[in-house]
Amino acid sequence: MSTTLRINGKRHQVELPGEVPLLWVLRDEVGLTGTKFGCGVAACGACTVHIDGEAVRSCQVALSDVWGDVTTIEGLGTPQAMAAIQKAWVDHQVAQCGYCQSGQIMQAASLLAENPAPSDAEIDEAMQGNLCRCGTYPRIRAAIHAAAKALQEA
Amino acid sequence: MASIAKIARRSFLIGSAAIIGGVAFGAYYVSRPAPNPLKPGDGEAALNPFVLIDQNGVTLFAPRAEMGQGVKTSWAALIAEELDAELDQVRVLHGPAAKAYYNSAFMADALPGKGYDTSNFKHSIGEALGHFGKVLSLHGTGGSTSMKDGFKRMRLAGASARETLKQAAAERLGLSRSQFSTAKGAVITPDGTAIPYADLAIEAAKLEPVEAVLRPRTEWRLIGKSQPRIDMVEKATGTAEFGIDVRLKGMKFASLRMNPRQGGGMKSYDATAASAMPGVEKVIDMGAGVAVVASNTWLAMRAVEAIEVEWEDAPYPRETHQIFARIAKAFEEDPNSVMRDDGDAGQLPSGATELKADYQVPYLAHATMEPMNATALLERDKLTVWCGNQMPTFTQSKCAAEAGLDGEQVDIRTTYLGGGFGRRVEFDYAVLATRVAKEMPGVPVQLTWSREEDMRHDMYRPGAMARMRGAVKDGQAVLLDGKVAAASPTHQAMQRLAGFTPSGPDKVQVEGFFNPPYAIPNFRMAGHLSDIEIPVGFWRSVGNSFNGFFVESFIDEMAHAAGTDPMAFRLDLARREWAPAAGVLEAVKAMSGWTGSTPEGTGRGVAMCYSFGTPVAEVIEVVEEDGTIRIAKAWIACDMGQAIDPAIVKAQMFSGMAYGLSAACFGEITFADGAAEQGNFPDYDALRMHTMPQTEVQVLETQTHMGGAGEPGTPPAAPALANALFDLTGRRARQLPLMHEFDLLV
Ligand code: FES
Ligand code: FES
Repeated sequence: MSTTLRINGKRHQVELPGEVPLLWVLRDEVGLTGTKFGCGVAACGACTVHIDGEAVRSCQVALSDVWGDVTTIEGLGTPQAMAAIQKAWVDHQVAQCGYCQSGQIMQAASLLAENPAPSDAEIDEAMQGNLCRCGTYPRIRAAIHAAAKALQEA
Repeated sequence: MASIAKIARRSFLIGSAAIIGGVAFGAYYVSRPAPNPLKPGDGEAALNPFVLIDQNGVTLFAPRAEMGQGVKTSWAALIAEELDAELDQVRVLHGPAAKAYYNSAFMADALPGKGYDTSNFKHSIGEALGHFGKVLSLHGTGGSTSMKDGFKRMRLAGASARETLKQAAAERLGLSRSQFSTAKGAVITPDGTAIPYADLAIEAAKLEPVEAVLRPRTEWRLIGKSQPRIDMVEKATGTAEFGIDVRLKGMKFASLRMNPRQGGGMKSYDATAASAMPGVEKVIDMGAGVAVVASNTWLAMRAVEAIEVEWEDAPYPRETHQIFARIAKAFEEDPNSVMRDDGDAGQLPSGATELKADYQVPYLAHATMEPMNATALLERDKLTVWCGNQMPTFTQSKCAAEAGLDGEQVDIRTTYLGGGFGRRVEFDYAVLATRVAKEMPGVPVQLTWSREEDMRHDMYRPGAMARMRGAVKDGQAVLLDGKVAAASPTHQAMQRLAGFTPSGPDKVQVEGFFNPPYAIPNFRMAGHLSDIEIPVGFWRSVGNSFNGFFVESFIDEMAHAAGTDPMAFRLDLARREWAPAAGVLEAVKAMSGWTGSTPEGTGRGVAMCYSFGTPVAEVIEVVEEDGTIRIAKAWIACDMGQAIDPAIVKAQMFSGMAYGLSAACFGEITFADGAAEQGNFPDYDALRMHTMPQTEVQVLETQTHMGGAGEPGTPPAAPALANALFDLTGRRARQLPLMHEFDLLV
């Protein structure tokens, strides 16, 4: 079955059964491996991407149900041209093993898009679906606050 | 890390005949050098196994598993310190599996003794013993050893490389080496001209490596200061390559299902339905399970679920309560070790009050964020395996055996690790990927575990039990007599690795049990080994992970029985035994403003554990809000002697505590019908953003010997929390996880 997706501003034609989760379309078919597999059951947030700007767990979205434009971590910014939130992540030296961080950043980016100056409680609320086994939470929080500031000043 | 492949093509594989003047410095200080695995190509100089210079600049090799602990950065900083290279101008690679990359600190930790009482003499024996790490090809990461291991050797490697480059410049200009200096990746001539190292590569390659003395601490530019982490941009942009991200031309994707009753075999299977499912290319009999190769990982996972399998029984009892009854039987046998036996613990000192308590903790999964996986490609007489792993040379020999090849025919490409925590010390994932590759010659196949498969096929932290007896008198501890029973990760790991069980006392099982730095006059601690065959392995801090809970919970009970404030009780015991242990307690006492009393609705607990050479004290504060208990605050102090990178140490301390608190609150693997009941994060949860305490960390540097950082934050977490819950509720937790007895915020 052939499906056309728009990912990071580019059209992709994929030949896969419609029930394959978007996560595995991105990783194994399109070759965008920045989006991670952690649990497959919406319990960790490692697979978070945006569809039309909204953060979703790509392990839970079937290919045939993708309703809009997909943005992955690779679409947010690149090592040469990082988005403000990625810069904040680097400034605050957030990552440890780094495996959860794509999902954390995509979740945080959608939070900031909705709420340009989130409080700690709002950060807790928005980020609690994103697990980090290394425990980088304090720096994630600091980086979100810093990115919020940077975006407001920009 | 495509660059590894590039370097490998360009240099590792070039035979010695083709080498144009390769030289190597550094590791030669350890008697005879292990062969340099870096085979420099045309115009390149592998100045030693850790420094390679070519026209494009300087490449440093940090052959330690980067699993979040920042080793890539700290290791490179040690070399760069003496080499006078800038961290943002060098490339840092992991490199191949190689004897030259042995870990010299693994063996030193196996020496008998409490650790903190190590004399300088014994310390140097430990260093000498470390060289056996080379003989054994112990190329690996674990035991919080990397900085102890690399601290001197890597600075020597950098210094030798620097002096050799200066020598090359001296010979070019007909001057003497002492007339040159170095800065920012260049040799500076007497007239101030900078010759970049890259320009000197060919000449340096022709020289014998020059020995050099190390610079004094006062001249350090990098060590002791926090450096921007080298892996940070990649990890913020999704470009860091983990094992699961390896993509090769023509690659297929596989998943597997092994017997959930670990150690049991497979009676039969029927893959008729699975074979007909979309994307499926092959079903493989894996011995104790099945694998499916497909065009997509998810299609493979779904198909492998559709295979009907009849499993054999497990070689251990089926239900959790039977399992613990079996572990308890070890108490009836002679102890494997009594590594502490001071005074006379058999006699109750006259006038003392005796107390006894039994404790039990569950099996735990590592639950690394990145599920187990490996990618393998078998070509004629050559196997390549890509994976995150902590032990490259072991992985290499095990994969070679699986493929029927020699070690040299196997190339291990170590990627970033999406968490290790001890799980990737094992090599099962690489061997099973090799098994799949054998059935798909010429085709690279990535084998990925589902989360459920990962959690149900772990080498768990062993379930453990303790029987504690203590006595107090005049407000002080006068006796501590403990027994711990658990299966031995070391014995099982040695079986898996080498097919034999070491004899003698198993120090790892009683780490943190026999050697708390407390002066208790009658002090006896025994370790009983259970032979129960549930696979167990090295879980962040290993024996300390349960022993820390047993000892520090019971010490709290003793403090209360003595009517002494738990902080003062510990401080008194530590001061009389070892100053750094008292120092970390003093530090958390001051940081937390510990008064010994807490307001209604708030509880505080303290614990101090010594592990991997580092004493760590933690104070945890819990609050009750609408009937739910939240972990509100934490204070951590550690003393590891010289801290190479203080920011990384702080992050590791917090991370270790978070890992310990997660397990203490929610972690347990229980068994039903021989299989682990938990399979995914909904039933094996961890602390999250909203449940994580606000934390302050202090890094002290008073010790003379260097301690580890990756693990010591974990052991005090569970007891500090349990002690805080006691302070809040008056209920003593003698079993984990705490969620069963307390209404914790989730
Ligand atoms: S992989 Fe999608 S939430 Fe965990
Ligand atoms: S950084 Fe390792 S899981 Fe988050």
